[in-house]
Order: sequence, then structure tokens, then C-alpha cells
Amino acid sequence: MIESSLPILSLMLAVPFVAALACLFVGDRAARWIALIATLVDLALGAVLWANYDIGGAQWQFVESIALFGTFKWALGIDGIALMLIMLSVFLMPICIGASWVAIKTRVGLYMACFLLMETLMIGVFAAQDLFLFYILFEAGLIPMYLIIGIWGGTNRIYASYKFFLYTLLGSVLMLIAMLWMANAAGTTDIPTLMQYDFPAQAQTWLWLAFFASFAVKMPMWPVHTWLPDAHVQAPTAGSVILAGVLLKMGGYGFLRFSLPMFPDASAQFMWLIFGLSMVAVVYTSLVALVQSDMKKLIAYSSVAHMAIVTAGLFAFNQQGIEGAIMVMLGHGLVSGALFLCVGVIYDRLHTREIARYGGLAINMPRYALFFMLFTMASVGLPGTSNFVGEFLGIMGIYQASSWMAFVATTGIILGAAYMLYLYRRVVFGELVHDDVRAMPDLSIREWALLAPIAAAVLWMGVYPESFLAPIRGDVTALTARLAATAPAGDAHLAIGKPKLTPKGEALHGAATGEGH
Amino acid sequence: MIKLIVFLPLLAALVAGLGNRMIGNVVAKAITTGALLTSCALSWPIFLAFVAGNASPSVTPLFTWMQSGGLDIAWSLRVDTLTAVMLVVVTSVSSLVHIYSWGYMDEDPDQPRFFAYLSLFTFAMLMLVTANNLVQMFFGWEGVGLASYLLIGFWFKKPSANAAAIKAFVVNRVGDLGFMLGIFGTFLVFGTVSIPDILAAAPGMAGSAITFLGMRLDTMTILTLLLFVGAMGKSAQLGLHTWLPDAMEGPTPVSALIHAATMVTAGVFMVCRLSPMFEAAPVAQGFVIFIGAATCLFAATVATTQTDIKRVIAYSTCSQLGYMFFAAGVGAYGAAMFHLFTHAFFKALLFLGAGSVIHAMHHEQDMRYYGALRKRIPLTFWAMVAGTLAITGVGIPGLAVGFAGFWSKDAILESAWAAGSLGVEGGHLAFLVGAFAALLTSFYSWRLIFLTFFGKARWTQSEHIAHALHDAHGDHHADSDHDNPPSQEDAGHEPAQHGPAAAGLSDGTGGYHPHESPWSMLVPLIVLSIGAVAAGQVFHHVFVDPEGGLAFWNGSIAFDAHLAHASHEVPTWVMFTPFVVMLTGLWIAYNNYIRDPGAPARFTAMFGPLYTFLLNKWYFDELYNVIFVRPAFWFGRLFWQRGDVGIIDRFGPDGAARAVQGGSVLTGRLQSGFLYTYALVMLLGLAGLATWAMVRF
Repeated sequence: MIESSLPILSLMLAVPFVAALACLFVGDRAARWIALIATLVDLALGAVLWANYDIGGAQWQFVESIALFGTFKWALGIDGIALMLIMLSVFLMPICIGASWVAIKTRVGLYMACFLLMETLMIGVFAAQDLFLFYILFEAGLIPMYLIIGIWGGTNRIYASYKFFLYTLLGSVLMLIAMLWMANAAGTTDIPTLMQYDFPAQAQTWLWLAFFASFAVKMPMWPVHTWLPDAHVQAPTAGSVILAGVLLKMGGYGFLRFSLPMFPDASAQFMWLIFGLSMVAVVYTSLVALVQSDMKKLIAYSSVAHMAIVTAGLFAFNQQGIEGAIMVMLGHGLVSGALFLCVGVIYDRLHTREIARYGGLAINMPRYALFFMLFTMASVGLPGTSNFVGEFLGIMGIYQASSWMAFVATTGIILGAAYMLYLYRRVVFGELVHDDVRAMPDLSIREWALLAPIAAAVLWMGVYPESFLAPIRGDVTALTARLAATAPAGDAHLAIGKPKLTPKGEALHGAATGEGH
Repeated sequence: MIKLIVFLPLLAALVAGLGNRMIGNVVAKAITTGALLTSCALSWPIFLAFVAGNASPSVTPLFTWMQSGGLDIAWSLRVDTLTAVMLVVVTSVSSLVHIYSWGYMDEDPDQPRFFAYLSLFTFAMLMLVTANNLVQMFFGWEGVGLASYLLIGFWFKKPSANAAAIKAFVVNRVGDLGFMLGIFGTFLVFGTVSIPDILAAAPGMAGSAITFLGMRLDTMTILTLLLFVGAMGKSAQLGLHTWLPDAMEGPTPVSALIHAATMVTAGVFMVCRLSPMFEAAPVAQGFVIFIGAATCLFAATVATTQTDIKRVIAYSTCSQLGYMFFAAGVGAYGAAMFHLFTHAFFKALLFLGAGSVIHAMHHEQDMRYYGALRKRIPLTFWAMVAGTLAITGVGIPGLAVGFAGFWSKDAILESAWAAGSLGVEGGHLAFLVGAFAALLTSFYSWRLIFLTFFGKARWTQSEHIAHALHDAHGDHHADSDHDNPPSQEDAGHEPAQHGPAAAGLSDGTGGYHPHESPWSMLVPLIVLSIGAVAAGQVFHHVFVDPEGGLAFWNGSIAFDAHLAHASHEVPTWVMFTPFVVMLTGLWIAYNNYIRDPGAPARFTAMFGPLYTFLLNKWYFDELYNVIFVRPAFWFGRLFWQRGDVGIIDRFGPDGAARAVQGGSVLTGRLQSGFLYTYALVMLLGLAGLATWAMVRF
């Protein structure tokens, strides 16, 4: 293990936390600047963290451990997966602050404090190495989000935040009970140790389900996804960015960190539950996205569809599937965040998310149209953008587990093109018919500065994803090795010999008609 | 050098696209056109070196793209004979189209964007043809799809252009579903996506099986079928063809470059590139023959009834692609590539010629409003005639002289017959279908020429011309504009027979003066005319001859010298059939549109239902609308309103709330302060639980 002389992870938690406290006691203007500087400092620290991360070195790096009381430890440390998600968080945070710069006018200090606190908690979740530390940070991360939606949200914000609360409550209670049982049975709360611990197969089933209840809501998976569209619609722009960008990734991270390595038998056993829900989610939410008239709702539903590819990829039990899922998590974090920013840009001008109110923006906002096009194309998984790498690897992995799941996931890519291009057409193309739309100015320098870095990152991930794949490769290899014993054989493997007819005797006939359309 | 060829267009696209109004029209146009001319100038020596037989295949690695487990994908540029052919096709047509667009797009306010898209397209197409692995090919595949989407919707204020752009992208995505699943399956079977490795291992996979969607199928059959679905989408084959005619909403230079000469031939290129895989899958080859022949026939029948000049050429493209596919299906990959090569020249010529006509006729695209343009725009006329002579395959079989299409189309038909004689199922049928389609080709091509350039002028009835006159002469002619629909083939319009001179304009021109296009547009026409006349004569030896072909292709496609040999020894009647049907088609067109202009109306009256069926393009659009589009929206609303709101929310969170609150009006009572309470209670609960847990252990 690498003992860093500087407790850089604690420092990354401390900077936004201290800044959050400071924001509560200063004026609006100062709060904005404090928040921006603190998040930029954290971004710089993140860059240092990445630069010093030893690829191919120890699995857990930058480890810190201080016993606090009882068995409770302040234990931090990261592997490559956590590193990437921390980078995503610190990258999006300054952008969120910038997005709120003029849009938030009331209780600015409290607002900035909420965001900074959330940054602390998010980094903490990805870095925590103690079961209960993880739990506390994981659940506490929701509190600032409630506040952001509940105080600075839209007209129906109370309903949205209450729905958000109710969904997550049930899952988290079950997860806590499971954690208590695990700590008791294994005699440790150390996450790396638990990841190697073999729980009895019978117990795994129940533990897996308890964790599933929490992570499935966070993901969100169908049918516990209905909080997400409401939360997105009501949240302020920056809230949506962080919700889509990072908070949704916590579910996937949970599956990666807990469900898969700790309960491999149960994971294999429930593979078809995950695949089944993911298949429904891909088709169902994509079709729902097609008929939305509210921009944010549309993107929210598309998030559910994308996250279904993540869950299916994770439960493909192979290198491509899991690495692809992680890449989708990162890519979707950037792209959906950027899409919400794009919505925010025009929402700030016209104060409506109604798609029909726009149209013809390519005429008066050409730079905006260019960015929006790039992120739309990234969202539909065009090669050369971040999401293609993730979706391609992910579905390639899924195919090895199940050709059915891969087939359905790929249909989601057709539908994705349909709803995103339909959205783009209605907002950006066409004639300018409304005078207030005609009067909208193109991107300001501030808005340009928010979108350009994400655009660069999206292309970087699309053209040279090796920068992002290399740090996670070792961890995914370790995980697949752990899963190897239980991984179910795929349905599609090669067999020598002529195709045999299925019992019904219509295999070839089915193929001929199936391909004919 | 190949790096320059491929990346110069990208660089130019970025400069022109991002610089846009800052650098101005002329700079943007000069940079993109200059980059393309450079690429083109660098490509020809490569191609000629392969023709001369003193070049060897090479792969230029760039850098790693994706690596994951056993999957290793690198960016690299492959150059072999097949690539070299595509390089010259793509860069030549693209540079000519760039030059042409200087004139054609001269009045457009958004020129840098247009040229940036054109160059971006060229880059993506070059990435496609230089791909050494399936995933990079897919990158190019989707890249050209993006450029096509952007260019079809270039006039983004037009709703019809936007609809066509989305349709093109989404229908192509349906094909991509097959392509992607094909790549996944290929990786599963071969453990690699590198094309040379796959092709080397493909024959060894014959006789094995994999399971796909619960069905146990022959490995190579299912893989090639999946990949072929991708090719069908991109090359607009029957079933996935519906986007191509609509794509004519884009500016005409785009139609020439993307929807005729290059992008739509990507499917044929893919099948040829992967030809050893298809050779190992006879069932899939049969499917390719079937789809190719069916498309060839279908599109040709529809082309005979269309009145929009660009749509006629679009269906003609679709039909010609069908020829290429069934050639590939019977194993005559050399002939397929040869037709791709010659078709690129003469079809780009026809489109650019049509663009020149449209330019002269003030954006009128309906041939019913043309006529008598032969003397007005003579250069365009002769260029169009050269293109038509090429597409209809004019030539003299015995003497071995002829226009480009004579060489390539006859090679395809003869190969099909020869393959049928050698035992390829469907070969003879493909020949017969192809020959009949050749008759239709000749008919609709000459019909286009006769309607446009011969007969009497019918311009006054065109709204576009009326606008032009209106602008030019005030409202002098306004009263004669809209009440006089044309007399020919007017199924969609009321057949009011006023005659051309009804409004007192004795010559039907309305005083409008079509002008020949500027030289920037005429030079590409002249260059392409040379290609349409001579490309077949000059290159047939290396593309399709048994000995020359074997040396030229050098293993880059599965060139079958035996079949090539057999195709030269078909019965005489087979050899003369294309010639005869070509003359027949010409005669029918001449008879109906020059000699007896009333004949088409009588014919359509006699065969009303058939005519309507063809005019409506076999009702594919209507069918898909009913089967796919409307149900998608219907299910979307159902899932949303009934599923999410009606079931999940009702029995989930809302139900829970009602249960807790005893049915009281929850939301009304909630204040924003209430949230703090929630948060606080939760935090306290958490702290309590955590403390309890820590103390316990």
C-alpha cells in the first residue's frame, strides 16, 4: 500500500467542507467566489491525485486510516474505479457553481454551502473504506439534494423532494440492516476485507436483495425510477447536473463495490432479475422519452434507459461488460450533465422547459446549437464520443452473457436516436416563430466556459478512452477473477458442428423470417 | 501520405466549421476545397500504382483506441487495392462536388457550415474505407451517417428537410443494430475485430454453430446476415430504403456526393471487404442476391413514375445499388466494385447535371414543368446525355466499345448468368430480374432526358418560375401562374387540360430565360462526363478480367477468377440481352415522350391501380408509419400515463403517502420548512442507528 505523506483524500473532503461553513456566514457575492475557488482547488487536488495514482500498482492507494471510537474508523482509500468517479465529481462541481452564478438569487450562501457539502459527501462515498462511514456519507448525500430541490426548485418542488425521499428511505433502511448483519458475521467493517469475504450462499441472497433495494432506487432501475423525472424537472439546473452526473452513479458504484464482489453467488443467481428489469427499462423508458413535452423530463427518462445498460453491463460478469458499464457511467455523467446545462441555458432566458415554446435556435444561437448537437450525438452514442465507448464495450460484454439482453439493449440505441434527434429538431431547427425566442442571445462567455470543458472531455473519452480505461483495468480484472467461479455461461457460445434444430424444429425457419424484415 | 489524405479534410472541416463567420465564405471554401484537391491529388498515384501492379498493401498504425480484456482496437489506416479504389472515388467526387458547390451554393448565407459538413463527411468516409478493424469501420459508418443527417437537414428551417434528416438517421440506426450485433457476434466467435484476422479464420468456421436469440444457427450465416443488415441500411436496400428518396431534401451537391457516389455504396464496400466471410456462408449469399435483385427491380419500377427529377435519380441509385449487391451475392465482387466505381462517376454526373437544371430553372424540381431546355443549357444537356448513355449501358457488345455502365452492368449480368450456370442458386433469376430492370433503367433515364430537354416548354405552370418572373417583371404574369397544372402524368394533381398556351403565353416559357450554370459548376460536369464515357473502357481489364483482376485485387477481395472467366463465355443471347433491352427502353421512352406525348396519360388511365401503387412507392412509408412510428408514440404515452403515473406512482409513493396521511391533502399542507423536518429526522435517525451499530461492535 502506498502511504502518502499528504492525506490528500481527507484534504479533498476538508476543502469543500470548510468552504461550505464559510459560505453560510458571508454575503452572496463572496459565497459565490468561495464556492468557485474551493471547487477549483478540489479539482486541482483531483488532478494531483490522478497524476500520482500508480496504474498497475496496489489495488488500494492513498490509504488513510484513523480509529475514531469503537470499531469505527475514518478509513479512506481509492482504487481506479473510485478515482475515476471522484474525478467526475470534482470536474462537474466547478461547472455546477458556474451554472448557478446568476440563476440563483435567493439564499445564495446556503445554496453554495449545500453544493460544497454535497461535494464532500460524494468524494467521501467513493473513498470510504469503512462500511458505516460509507453508509453515513451515502445517505447524508441526499440531504443537501433534498434542500436544493425543496428550496430552489420549481413550482412543484415539494412533491418532487418528498417522492425522492420516500423512495430512498425504504432502500436505505434495508441496506443498513444488511450492513449490521454483515459486520456481525464477518467481524469487520473494512470494505476491502469484506470484498474478499465469502458469505454463506443462503445469506448472500438476502443481503444481495437488501443492497439491491437501495441501489436499484439510486440507479434508478425500472420500476422504481419515477422519482427521477420529477426530481430533475423541479431541481435547479446545477442540481440536475449533479443528480444526473454523480448521484445516479452511486447506485452503479454500489453494485460494483458491494453486490458483485461481496455476494458473487447471489449476483449470478439474480442475473436474470437484473437483465429482465434492464430490458424493460431500455424499451419502456425510451418510448416514454419519445412522447415527453418537457425537455428535462425527456432527458431524465433517457437517463433511466442509459442506466439500464450500466446495470446489464455490470451483471454480464466479464471484462468488457463491466468496463463498458463504468465508461457509460462516466460518459453519461458528462453528457447528461451537459444536456441539463444546455436546457438550463435556454431556461434561464425564457423560463420554460416546454419544448414547443422553442424552435429555430440555430438561427440566433449558432454556438449553442453546435454544443447541443455535440452532446445530442454523444447521447445517442455516436462513435468518437464518450458514450459510444461505454455502450459498445458494455453491450459487447452483455452479448457474451446473453444475446437477448444485447439485442434489446441495442434497440435502445435506435430509440435513443429517435427521441434525442426529435428533441433537437423541435428546439434548435425550424423557423423562429416566437418573438421572445428570437430575442434570445447566444451563449455568454460564462456559459461557453461551462460547456467547452465538458465537450473536450467527451471527445477525449471517445477518441482516446485508454486514459480512463487504464486505471480501472486492474480493478475490473480482480473483480472478474472473483466472479469467475460463479459467472453463468453465456447463451451464445460457439459450438462445433452443424446447427441442431431446436426441439420445436424451427430454428432455421425462424432465422430466415427473423432477418427478412 | 495516407495520413494527409485522411486528416486534411478533417482539419479543413474544423477550420471552416469553427471559424465559420469569422473567417468568411471565401476562406472557408478555399480551405476545404484546397484540402480535398490535395487529398485527391495524393490518392490517384496510389490507385495508379495498384493498377500498374507495383504497390503492396500497407497498414499505418496511429494509436490505441479501446482495450478491454481480449479486445484490442487501434486507430489505423489500411491501404490495399480495395481501399485505393475507394480513395480515388471518394476524393475525386468530393473535390468535384466542392468545386461545384462554389457555384451552386453561391447565394446561400451559410456557406462555411456547408463546406465544413462536406469535408467532415469526406473524412468520415475515408476513415471507413481505410479501416483495418470492424469498429473503426463502424466509426466511419456512423460518421458518414452524421454528416448525411446534417447535410440532409442543412436547410434546417424546412420542416420536410428536418423530417428527412431524422428519418435517414433513425432508419440507418436500424441497420446499425444489425451491424453492431454482427460485430459483437464476430468478436465472440473470433476473439478479435481485426478484419484480416477475421477473414483468415472465417473459412475455418464453416460448419460450426452459435446460438442467437435462442436459435441455434450456422455461425457464418448469422454473422454475415447481421452485418448485411447494416449494409442494407446504409445502402438503402429494400426494406430499409425509405430514407434515400427523402434524403433528396438536401442540397443537390450533397445528393451527388453522399446519396449517389459514396456513402450509399458503403454497404457494397463492406460486403466486398468482408467477402471471405460471405464466401463461407452460402445461405447469406443467397439472401444478398435476393435483396439485391428485389431492390433493383423495386426501385426501377418506382423510378418510372416519379416526377421530381432528383427522386427519379434517387430511385435509380437505389436500383443500381441492387445490381452491385446481387453481383456481390453471386460472388462477382470484382464486378460489384467495378459498377460501384463507374456508377460513382455517372451518377454523380447525373445528379450534378440535375442540379444544374434546377439551378437554371430557379429551384423547380418537377420535370412536368421542364421541357425544351436542350438549346437553353446545352452543356448541361450534353453532360446529362453522357451520364444517361453511361447508366443505360450503351455500347456494342461485339466490338467491346461502350460507355462506363456498359462495361460494369454487363459484367454484372453476365456474372450472374455464369454463376447460375455454375450452380449458384438464384444466379439465373438475378440475371433475368437485372435484365428487366435494365429495360426500366433505360426507359426512366431517357424519360428524364426527354421530359427535361425535349418537347415543348411547360415552365409557366411552375410556381418557382412564376416567382422568378414575378421578381423580375413585377406582377405582370401573376394571373397566369397557379391555375394551370401540367398535362403529363398528374396523378396527384387535377388533370385540367388547358394546354401549354392557355394563359396566352404561346411558347410556354412565360418569358423566363434559363441560364447556363457558371463555370465552377460546368467544369465538374465536364470532368465527370469524361469519367462516364471512358472509365469502363480504361479500367475494365483490371477490375473484372480473370487474369488482370486476380493480380489487381491481390487478395483484398475474394476475387473468383473462375467465375470471371465463365462470365466471358456466356451464351451470345445473354451477352446481347442488355443491349436489346437498352434499345427497347429507349424506344418506349421515345415513343411515349417525343413521338406521342399523349401516350403516358392513356397508359396511366388503363393501369390506374398499378400506376398509383408505383407512384406511392409501394406504400412503404405508409406501412412503416402504421407498424412502427405510430405504435411507438402510442406505447410511449401508454407507458407514461398508465404505467408510470397510473400504476407505479399510484400504488407506490402516492399510495404510501395516502396511507400515512389518511387521505388528507398532503401537498397542500407541506411547506418548504417541512423539508427541514424530514431532513433533520432522517439525519438524527441515521446518527442514532450508526451510533448503536458502532457501540455494539
